[in-house]
Amino acid sequence: MEFSPSQLIFYLLSFIIIVSSIYVVTLKNIFHSAIFLILTLFSVAGIFILLGAEFLAVSQVLIYVGAVSVLMIFAIMLTSRLASKKIVQSNEQVTTAIFICAGFLLISLGSFANTVWRVNTEPLPENNIMTIGQLLMTDYVLPFEVVSIVLLAALIGAIVLSRKAGA
Amino acid sequence: MLEKAFFIPFYPLLAFLVIVFFTRWKEKLSSGISIAMVLLGFLHSLAVLIAMLGRDGRPLELAYTFIDHPSIKLELGMWIDGLTAVMLMVVTIVSSCVQIYSLGYMKDDPRWSRYYSYLSLFTFSMLGLVIANNFFMIFIFWELVGLTSYLLIGFWFEKKSASDAGKKAFITTRIGDLGFIVGLMILVAYAGTLNYQEVFAKVTSGAIPANIIALAGVFVFCGAVGKSAQFPLHVWLPDAMEGPTPVSALIHAATMVAAGVYLVARAMTLFAGSASAAMVIAVIGMITSFIAATIALTQNDIKRVLAYSTCSQLGYMIMALGLYGVDLAHDPHTHSVGYYAGTFHLMTHAFFKALLFLGAGSVIHAVHTNDINDMGGLSKKMKITTTTFFIASLSIAGIFPLSGFWSKDEIIAATVHHPFFMTVTLLIAFMTAFYMFRLCFMTFTGEPRDKHRFEHAHESPKSMTGPLIALAFLSVFAGWVGLPWLKHGFSWFVYHGEHQVHHPNYILMVVSTVVALSGIGLAYLVYYKKAISADAIAERFKPLYKLSFNKWYFDEIYDAVIIKPVLGFTRVLWWFDANIIDGAVNGSGWLTVKWSDLKMWFDKYIIDGAVNGLGYICQAGSWALKFIQSGSVQFYALFMLGSAVGFVIYRVTPDGFYYYLAGVVILALARLLSRISRTNRLKTEPDIEG
Amino acid sequence: MLQYLALAAILFAIGVFGVLTRRNAIGILMSLELMFNAVNINLVTFNKYVGGDVLAGQIFSLFVIVIAAAEAVVGLAIVLLLYRNWRGIDVDRINVMKW
Repeated sequence: MEFSPSQLIFYLLSFIIIVSSIYVVTLKNIFHSAIFLILTLFSVAGIFILLGAEFLAVSQVLIYVGAVSVLMIFAIMLTSRLASKKIVQSNEQVTTAIFICAGFLLISLGSFANTVWRVNTEPLPENNIMTIGQLLMTDYVLPFEVVSIVLLAALIGAIVLSRKAGA
Repeated sequence: MLEKAFFIPFYPLLAFLVIVFFTRWKEKLSSGISIAMVLLGFLHSLAVLIAMLGRDGRPLELAYTFIDHPSIKLELGMWIDGLTAVMLMVVTIVSSCVQIYSLGYMKDDPRWSRYYSYLSLFTFSMLGLVIANNFFMIFIFWELVGLTSYLLIGFWFEKKSASDAGKKAFITTRIGDLGFIVGLMILVAYAGTLNYQEVFAKVTSGAIPANIIALAGVFVFCGAVGKSAQFPLHVWLPDAMEGPTPVSALIHAATMVAAGVYLVARAMTLFAGSASAAMVIAVIGMITSFIAATIALTQNDIKRVLAYSTCSQLGYMIMALGLYGVDLAHDPHTHSVGYYAGTFHLMTHAFFKALLFLGAGSVIHAVHTNDINDMGGLSKKMKITTTTFFIASLSIAGIFPLSGFWSKDEIIAATVHHPFFMTVTLLIAFMTAFYMFRLCFMTFTGEPRDKHRFEHAHESPKSMTGPLIALAFLSVFAGWVGLPWLKHGFSWFVYHGEHQVHHPNYILMVVSTVVALSGIGLAYLVYYKKAISADAIAERFKPLYKLSFNKWYFDEIYDAVIIKPVLGFTRVLWWFDANIIDGAVNGSGWLTVKWSDLKMWFDKYIIDGAVNGLGYICQAGSWALKFIQSGSVQFYALFMLGSAVGFVIYRVTPDGFYYYLAGVVILALARLLSRISRTNRLKTEPDIEG
Repeated sequence: MLQYLALAAILFAIGVFGVLTRRNAIGILMSLELMFNAVNINLVTFNKYVGGDVLAGQIFSLFVIVIAAAEAVVGLAIVLLLYRNWRGIDVDRINVMKW
C-alpha cells in the first residue's frame, strides 16, 4: 500500500481531529475542551484544503477559530470559575451514549461502505474562490440573503437574550 | 204497540239505572219506580198480547244487524210470536206480583233499594231473553239472569249458606252455560248465523249434517239443563231457596228456571232435527221429574218441597217438549201435543208455583221458620194464605177445573205414543198430588206443633195477600185459555210449525183426575186423619225413604265424585304450586340472587379489577415510564437517537436489532440501578458554584 | 473518498456523544460544532468526489458555517441567560420538564 503525501497528511489530520475531538467531549476542564476544539477546527480546515476547498478552509479558520471559539471561551469565562475544580463534566448516560453512538457509527460506516457512489472524475475549478463568489451572487443569491437575515436575527436575538433584565 | 215491543225490557232497565244512580237512598221511591216500571211493562205486554191475538199469532221480527260477515252474522232484534207474547205476560205478571209482595215481605230490610234494583235488572234480563230473536242475544240475557240470580240468592250474603248457595247456583248453571256456548259455536260454525229463523231454515233444509244438529242440540240443551235445574245439574235449585222467598217465587219458580223450557220450546226445530237429541231431552226431563218428585215426598223444609216440585214440573215440561221433538223427527206432520203441552204448562205452572212460593213466604213471614214440623193449624190464623195455597196445590195436583188440570192433562196426552213415559208421568202426578197435600196438611191443618210460633203467627199485610189473591185467580182461570173445546185456544196461538187443533181426550182426563185424587186422598189419610202412620211407611220402606230424604245423595255423590277429586286435584296442584312452582320461582329467584352475587363478584373483581387493574397497570407503567421524562434534554436526545438508530438497524438487519435492543435495555437497567445506588453520592456532590 | 466519509462519521459520532453526555451547556455547544464540522466534511467530500452542481457542496458548507456561527451566538446567549437565572449551566440540573 503506497502512501501519497496527501494521504499521509489526511491520516495525520484525521488522527488529530479524532483525538482532539474526543478530548473536547471528555475533558473535565471545559476550558481545555475549548482549546482542543480550536485544534479540531484547525484540523478540519486542513481537511478542507485537502479536499480542494480553500475558501471554505479560510472561512473555517476565520469564523470558527477566530469567532466561535473565542465566543466559547468568553462564555466559559463568564459562566465558570476556571481556576477551580475538576468537576465531572459528563452525565450518567455515558455508557448508553457510547453504545448508541457506536451503533450509529456502525450503521453510518456500513451504509457508506455499502453504497455505490457515482464518483465524478471531473476536476474542480482551479480558482474556486472566484467561482464561489460568482455563484453566491448569481445562483445562490437568495439563500445568501436569507442567511444574512438569519445572521441579523441571531445578532438581535443574542442581544435581546443576553442583556440584563431592565437594561 | 207491537212494533215497539222491544221497549218492554227497557222499562225495568230504566228503573234499575234510576235506582242505582239516583234514588238508592230513597227506599220507598226506589221500590215505587221499580213497581211502576214493571207495571208499565205489563201493560205494554198486554197490548202486545192483544195485538198478537189479533194476528192469530203470526210472528213479527224486527232486527238490527250489527255484524254481517259471511262467517258470522250478529244482530239485535226482537222476535214476537205467540210464545213470546205469553212469556212476556207471564214474566211481567209474576214480576209485578212479586215486587208488590216484596213491599211487605222485605219490610225493614237494610238493602231495600238494592233488592229492587236487582229485581228490576232481573226483569229486564228475563224480558230481553224472551224477546230476543237470535241465540246471541238470548245467550247474553241468559248470562244476565244467571248473574241476577246469583246476586239475589246471595242477597243475604251475611249468611254463609246464602253466599254458598249463590256460588253453587252460579257455578252449576255455568257448567250448563259452557255447553250452551259450545252449542252456539257449533251453530255459528255450520250455519254462520245465530238468528233463530235462519238457523232453523238451515236445519230443516238439511244444510247442516244430521249428526252436527244432534251435537249442537245436545250442547244447547246443556244450557237449558243448567238453567232449568234438570238432572244432573238440578242440585243448585233447592239450595237457591236461601234467597228471599219472593225471589224464589220469581226467579226459581216462575221465570228464570222456565228459561230453559222456553229455550227448548224456542229452539224446537233444532232439537226436532235430530230424534236422538230430542230423546235425550225427553229422558232427561223424565228423570228429573221423577227424582225431584220422590225427593219432594220426604222433605220437611217448606221451600225445599216447593223447589223439588219446581224441578219436577220443569222436568215435566221438558219431557213433553222432548217427546214432541221425537214425534216431530219421526213424522213432520205429527199430531203430538207435546209442544203445546209444555208451553201451556210453562205458563200455568208459573202462576201457581209463584203463588205457592209467595204463600210459603207468607207462612214463613208469620212463623219465622221453614220447617213444616214446626207448623200446623195455621189455617186458623191465615185465612187468605191458606185458601190461596190450597187453590195452588189443587191446581198443581191437576184437579178439574183449575188451570193445572188442563196443562197437566196435555202433558199426559203428549206421552200417549210412549207408554213408559206415560206410566212414569202418571206416577209423578200421583206423587205430586201427595207431597203437595202433605205440605198443605202439615202446614195449615191439625194441631199447632209449635205453640209459641203459632201464637205469634198472623195474617200477612195487604201488600202480600193482594198478589196472592191475584195469582190465585190466575191459577184458577189461566188454564182456561187452553180448554180443549176451544177452537182458537192456546194451541191455536202458541204453536210450532203449523196451527194445530187438539181434541179433548176424556179418558186421559179421568185417569189423571183419579191419579191426582188418589194422591190427595193418601195425603189426607196420612197427614190429616193420621189413619196411616207416616213413620210406619218410612220404616217399612226405609232404604227408599232414606234415599228420598237424602235427596238421592246427589250432593254427596257430587261431593265424592267431583268436588273431592277436584279439591284433591286442587291440593295436588296447590302442592305442585307450593313446592314445584314456588320452588322453581324461589329457586330461580335464589339462582338469580346467586347469579347476581356471582356477577357482582365478577363485576367487583374482574370488571372493576380489570378497570382498576388497567388503571393500576397504567399507573405502574406510567410510574415506570415517568423516568423517561426525566426533564433532561440530553436524555430525550439520547432516546431519540437510540430510537432512530434502532429503527435503521431494524430495517437493515433485524437480527442485529435484537442485539442492539438487548444492549440498550441492559444498559438502561444498569444505569437505573447505578442511579439508585448513587443518589446519595450525587446529592453530596458540590455545585459548580461551590 | 471513503476515508473522508469515515472521518466525518467518526467526528459526528463523537459530537453526538458529546451532546448526549456533557453536563456543561457550553460543552454541548462545542460538541454541536463538532457535528457541524463533520457534516461540512461530508459536504465538501461529496462536492469533490460525487459532483453535481459546481461547488454546491462548498457553498452549502459555507452556509452551514454561517448558521453554526449564528447558532453559537444565540446558544451562548441562552447559556448566559441560563447562568443568570439558574446560577449554573449544568443541563442535568435544568430539569423543569421533569415529571
